[in-house]
Amino acid sequence: MIERTPVLNLVTHAVLFIGLAIAFVPMWLVFVAATLSLQEINTPPISLLPGSHLWENLAEAWTRADLGVKLTNSLIMSVAVAAGKIALASITAFALVFFRFPGRMTAFWLIFITLMLPLEVRIVPTYAVAANVFSPYQTILDVTGLSWLWQQLTGAELALEWNLLNSYTGLVLPLVATATGTFLYRQFFLTVPEELMEAAKMDGAGPMRFFREILMPLSITNMAALFTIMFIYAWNQYLWPLLITTDRTHRGTAVMALRQLIPMSGDSTGGGVPDWNVAMAGCLIVVAPALLVVALMQRFFVRGLIASDK
Amino acid sequence: MDRRAVYKTAWIGSLLLAPQLLLVFTFFYWPTGAALFWAFTLERPWGGGNEFAGLDNFRMVFSDTAYWGAVWRSMVFALGSTALAMGLALLFALFCDRQLRGYKAYQTMLIWPYAVAAPAAGVAFRFLFAPEAGIFAALNKIHPEFWNPSINGIHAMILIVVAYSWKYLAYNFIFFLAALQSIPRALVEASAMDGSGPLRRMWDIQLPLLAPTLFFLLVINITDSFVDSFGIIDLTTGGGPSKATTLMVYKIYFDGFKGLDYSGAAAQSIVLMLLVMGLTFVQFRFIERRVHYR
Repeated sequence: MIERTPVLNLVTHAVLFIGLAIAFVPMWLVFVAATLSLQEINTPPISLLPGSHLWENLAEAWTRADLGVKLTNSLIMSVAVAAGKIALASITAFALVFFRFPGRMTAFWLIFITLMLPLEVRIVPTYAVAANVFSPYQTILDVTGLSWLWQQLTGAELALEWNLLNSYTGLVLPLVATATGTFLYRQFFLTVPEELMEAAKMDGAGPMRFFREILMPLSITNMAALFTIMFIYAWNQYLWPLLITTDRTHRGTAVMALRQLIPMSGDSTGGGVPDWNVAMAGCLIVVAPALLVVALMQRFFVRGLIASDK
Repeated sequence: MDRRAVYKTAWIGSLLLAPQLLLVFTFFYWPTGAALFWAFTLERPWGGGNEFAGLDNFRMVFSDTAYWGAVWRSMVFALGSTALAMGLALLFALFCDRQLRGYKAYQTMLIWPYAVAAPAAGVAFRFLFAPEAGIFAALNKIHPEFWNPSINGIHAMILIVVAYSWKYLAYNFIFFLAALQSIPRALVEASAMDGSGPLRRMWDIQLPLLAPTLFFLLVINITDSFVDSFGIIDLTTGGGPSKATTLMVYKIYFDGFKGLDYSGAAAQSIVLMLLVMGLTFVQFRFIERRVHYR
């Protein structure tokens, strides 16, 4: 727009600059804190310029919270969640959009409803399921009398058990079991022109071929968007990994590892003042991969967030 | 919507749906059902299954003043963080959308906080607001106990609201900016031709057209503040001091996993579920209406 509004332009810049400060100053202060020695950091006022202890603090945080293992776990979990989500979402949406068969709408609503309740509000029973994934099926078999039948026939007791605690599967599956990506894919598939499918049919391609050779290549951007938001979503998970991993030394994730750098009241460390310089260095390490992904994939990230409406 | 070309091979379709349905059943419907079951039953003290308890668990929860305290604090947290995060995000988005020189840089930087994990943001703000080392440390030196979130409950609440809003500010900003960019430029230009200045155009054209986004974000923000606050609270205040930051989700976690009161935690979960579902339902209704207008 070409108009002259010098005063308002100044105000605009001022406001945006404040916005920038709000976003950036906390990050900067955390970075500065990570470069100070313990003595420097506990002398007020808060320092605004970096010191010289960055590498020491990073190394200290790295060993204290065993971040090598934790970052690897986080990475495995985030990639698995993102990839699982893409695979699951694409085939489900494919069936929902391009097929017509009885029960399709029921399935649609069954999946759609899961959007209404986030994992956090049903955390306690989900944990119980993760302790034995087969418990729902065992209960069903017990109630219907099928396990009794099985015992009579084979003489062996039917006890299904599959414990997900401390496993990657347990970290990943419940996070994948929602409909977020499914609807992103559904929206996209609905915009694919029908002529494409008609042409594929005419050329004698079956559904799976159409899916693999036409839909998948078309949805690359979609995939990138979904991958980015799901990676971030999984990387930043806290409550679920906290519950599912009791073996914190080997199976913990990076975000959980922050606990080891901050004395928690009620923990063995017993509260008190943390070594802020080391804690902030740990914070930097934990946050860096997610920030990097967003910085590199910003376009897809924004697109994914908006298209999936969460 | 009716398509001309579809596949009718039911078995392939069902097979494709099976994995997601199985997952959703195991990790969504069964746990939700279990929560309902626990909420209406009470575990016998010496084992031997559950005994039907009717509404007793709910009565227990509702007659507990600690519970109402958590509800009240959740409301304060929801309102505070939503107002802060949405208000600022709207302001920045409106000004960013004027596309003055350098707006791209602002745009990029304002998105980044959303990538920061909530617990990490919590830890960072705990440091920034720490009485002995943070930004208020100098003031504390002059006037001891001027600021101390580990003793003062109000300070602790301010701390978690600010940390949470910092992250969600970025989230809201992304949505506001996208909505502003989808407003046809012609509308804004026509208004400019009629002689309206930038502020008038914001007020008369852009804000009314943002109404659906505003409403959508309002619901999302309130819902998320109920469910997404755990990470921040756990690493920042741990629910304290003296329960001043124990919100509903935190209490569920605490009663369920630390107190091992599954029935009580389940009853609380059900209440929270109803709350979240109610909010989401309102949102779906609204979005449906918006689609009809198009």
